[in-house]
Amino acid sequence: MAKKENIRNFSIIAHIDHGKSTLADRLLELTETVSKRDMTEQLLDNMDLERERGITIKAHAVKLDYKAQDGETYELNLIDTPGHVDFNYEVSRSLAACEGAVLIIDASQGVEAQTLANTYLALDHDLELVPVINKIDLPAADPDRVANEVEEVIGLPCDEAPRVSAKTGENIGAVLESIVSLVPPPENNDDKPLRALVFDSVYDSYKGVIVYVRVMDGKIKPGDTMRMMATGAEFTVVEVGYMRPNAMEPQKELTSGEVGYITASIKTVSDARVGDTVTTAENSASEALAGYRKVNPMVFCGVYPADGADYENLREALEKLQLNDAALSFEPETSGALGFGFRCGFLGLLHLEIIQERLEREYNLDLVTTIPSVIYKVHLTNGDVIEIDNPSNYPDPAVIDYCEEPTVEAHIYAPPEYIGAIMNLCQDRRGVYVNTTHLASDRVDLHYILPLNEIIYDFFDVLKSRTRGYASFDYEMSQYQRSSIIKLDVLLNGDIIDALSFMIHSEKAYAKARRIAEKLKDNIPRQMFEIPIQMAIGGKVIARETVKAMRKDVLAKCYGGDITRKKKLLEKQKEGKKRMRHFGTVEVPQEAFMAVLKLDDE
Amino acid sequence: MKNIGLYLHIPFCKSKCPYCDFYSFSGKDTQKDQYTSVLREKILSSISTLQSNSECKVNTLYIGGGTPSVLGAKNLESLVNACNSGFLTDDAEITVECNPHGLDEAFFKVLHDCGVNRISLGLQSAVDNERRILGRLSDRNQVENAVKTAQKVGFKNITLDVMLGVPNQTEKSLKETLDFCVSLGVPHISAYMLKLEENTHFYKNQHKYNFPDDDTTADLYLQMCETLESQGIMQYEVSNFAKSGFQSRHNLKYWHCEEYLGLGPSAHSFLDGKRFYYDRDFNAFMNGNSPIGDGFGGDFTEYAMLNLRLVEGLNEEKVFERFGHSIPNSLYQNSKIFIDNGYITKNKYGLALTRKGFLMSNTILSEIL
Repeated sequence: MAKKENIRNFSIIAHIDHGKSTLADRLLELTETVSKRDMTEQLLDNMDLERERGITIKAHAVKLDYKAQDGETYELNLIDTPGHVDFNYEVSRSLAACEGAVLIIDASQGVEAQTLANTYLALDHDLELVPVINKIDLPAADPDRVANEVEEVIGLPCDEAPRVSAKTGENIGAVLESIVSLVPPPENNDDKPLRALVFDSVYDSYKGVIVYVRVMDGKIKPGDTMRMMATGAEFTVVEVGYMRPNAMEPQKELTSGEVGYITASIKTVSDARVGDTVTTAENSASEALAGYRKVNPMVFCGVYPADGADYENLREALEKLQLNDAALSFEPETSGALGFGFRCGFLGLLHLEIIQERLEREYNLDLVTTIPSVIYKVHLTNGDVIEIDNPSNYPDPAVIDYCEEPTVEAHIYAPPEYIGAIMNLCQDRRGVYVNTTHLASDRVDLHYILPLNEIIYDFFDVLKSRTRGYASFDYEMSQYQRSSIIKLDVLLNGDIIDALSFMIHSEKAYAKARRIAEKLKDNIPRQMFEIPIQMAIGGKVIARETVKAMRKDVLAKCYGGDITRKKKLLEKQKEGKKRMRHFGTVEVPQEAFMAVLKLDDE
Repeated sequence: MKNIGLYLHIPFCKSKCPYCDFYSFSGKDTQKDQYTSVLREKILSSISTLQSNSECKVNTLYIGGGTPSVLGAKNLESLVNACNSGFLTDDAEITVECNPHGLDEAFFKVLHDCGVNRISLGLQSAVDNERRILGRLSDRNQVENAVKTAQKVGFKNITLDVMLGVPNQTEKSLKETLDFCVSLGVPHISAYMLKLEENTHFYKNQHKYNFPDDDTTADLYLQMCETLESQGIMQYEVSNFAKSGFQSRHNLKYWHCEEYLGLGPSAHSFLDGKRFYYDRDFNAFMNGNSPIGDGFGGDFTEYAMLNLRLVEGLNEEKVFERFGHSIPNSLYQNSKIFIDNGYITKNKYGLALTRKGFLMSNTILSEIL
């Protein structure tokens, strides 16, 4: 165990693609934490999905031993952070576990949206910033200009900032030296009652939940009775230790200032939620660490197996994912159109996509998902208030007094030239403008109240495209507001397709209805009979399209005696029908559901 | 004693048409002569083998391709003679497919004299612009001459191939083609809706051509059925039309799910409940390769699928005669929605597709069978 003054706890923060994961890899390599032989590209991003998308989804932590130029050996704890607003809470907990943050700036692109947003997040947690100018190997690199920009925009002195190439490994040593010299060591609070901040937890089938903590005060060792201060759950500590990239290294104890793991035969990650404080039952802390909040799902959608026979497999897969993801919720539901499936809750749309992709990839499931929804509060004429996260449960409009929808406080950071574009977008999305703050000469913060259902869907993507990637976006849940929300139904051949119903603001219903009807028309193949597509509110049809009956589907030539071929063709056609969703006589391919789901507002 | 059909595949063509995926290549003259003698031997040996097993005769002979006429009259005569040596029935229908290009009276005379009684000519279109796009070597006058020459020599049973869904085709241009056929007085017409087959020029270059869409093609099809029937050339199969008594007996064997032997590369056979075929490989055939098994055939589903291509449809009595049971109830039940909507007709004899039904037959068959 190192002396407290030789411990450095830090995160790496950066705009997307400025080289966060690559730099982390180089640090591991240089400190010989991982041999070059074992080095996979972007080692900390464990999931295939993370590597592919280039986004860190889960927090990761690793301990590095570094012998500095002053001859001392330092214990560096690197806590990697997720890179998306859906996981902002996890990011803030990871930063809360550190004393410093390495801020990477791309030597050609300079300060960008997330550079700034992340800087503010780090400063909120009183972190010492270690600027690093990366990608100096690029032909367009201009480190002098970028250094000036950082000083001007962020107010961070940059003359000493290491100029490196994480790709080639050039000058990485300087980064480690800067961390040692700039990031302060943790305070020695060994004598206080235990308080350890949970910044992540993962499920391991042998050890149960592995809780990643930063010990703020006191000590913890095997045999202690640990208590989760938010949930009150108690467990006997089995093992504590340090995280190495490819192994866990058990220790006698963890003391204040250290980053490590605890195992205690905990069965689900929801018992050790991110942000909770671990203390001991024997010597409890009186107050939990600040900032805990139970992360509740905010976006809901139906997830159905494309093949009904996969229902049980889907359940098992969701159960397994939930072991590792306290924010994922699910319960069984039935749809007339899609059969048996689950209503799942997510933090946001990226979270939804990630879960969906993992189900499809890691569990080999073919899925159909319905349009995402938020939780609406519906006030009935009899005075009752019901919460609706599934349009299928939406009551008869006749018994509804009024409806409330959730809103968020949104902050959008961007260069001033994009103010117009952003304001237009927010207005489109029914946003209420609060104010604009000029953060620097080329950075503003636009503050809006936005309905959650307007941002769960594609807001982030549209914002990025309208600001050429310069804007970043952060939001917090705010209050419910009274709103004219209605349910829009899709009828095919006169039958309501429950899986396609969704909630929408009445002013937007007409335009959306028309576009969905068109999209369905384009994506439902012509069939034997004409298919009327209707969009309706209550019983009132507000948009209509027709898929014309198919007229020609024939093998004109059937001679030459090759009957087997015709027969196979017939069988293939029968097979094809099985993959369709059947609604009465109407067959809808999965792509049609996807097309409605992916309907963007551009 | 049973009567079977015999199909001979002639895998040669002067040039490949852009829509065709049948097995053919240009071939040298020596190859054509060699092929004729190999095929001749194959005919003799195959049929002797058949006849040694059970008494059997050939009552329809169809020489198709490719382009059989490129073999020349002598070779064709020798093939027909091979069959004639004890295999063919007296009333056998003997068809030879011909490309109208460069056929003279002598050619037709040889065929007629050796017993050929049906000539199939690939017209495709009587509009020269369309013919060019279809890669036809002759113009419409040459087709007209070929038909008239054949008629002069004594051929009464002549069939023309017509194509629907040709690039740039319109109602008007189709009418021109049909009027042409009618004016020549031929008693049989095969009219195929163009299908883009993989590995054809059309398939690979489809974006370069202005193919009529499916709705237009469906309209052209209905127009054609009406035009031909108004001239007494009645539809009897999805794509085939004939004056009374001139239906293709050979092709009816396929649709009635009856037996036939096919010789030549890519030729298919159905005998004794088994289907088999020769590989699409000229050299392998020349070296005496054996046919490849293609499983069993002739079950009810297959029988129904084929018979429902015919205007006469699926017949209760014939089904009972062949299978010992009537048309399954489930088939009637599955057909109900199509009957109600005019795709299928039902009467005391059984079930049949309507014209509208023919156009949608793939979907319908996959639903009801």
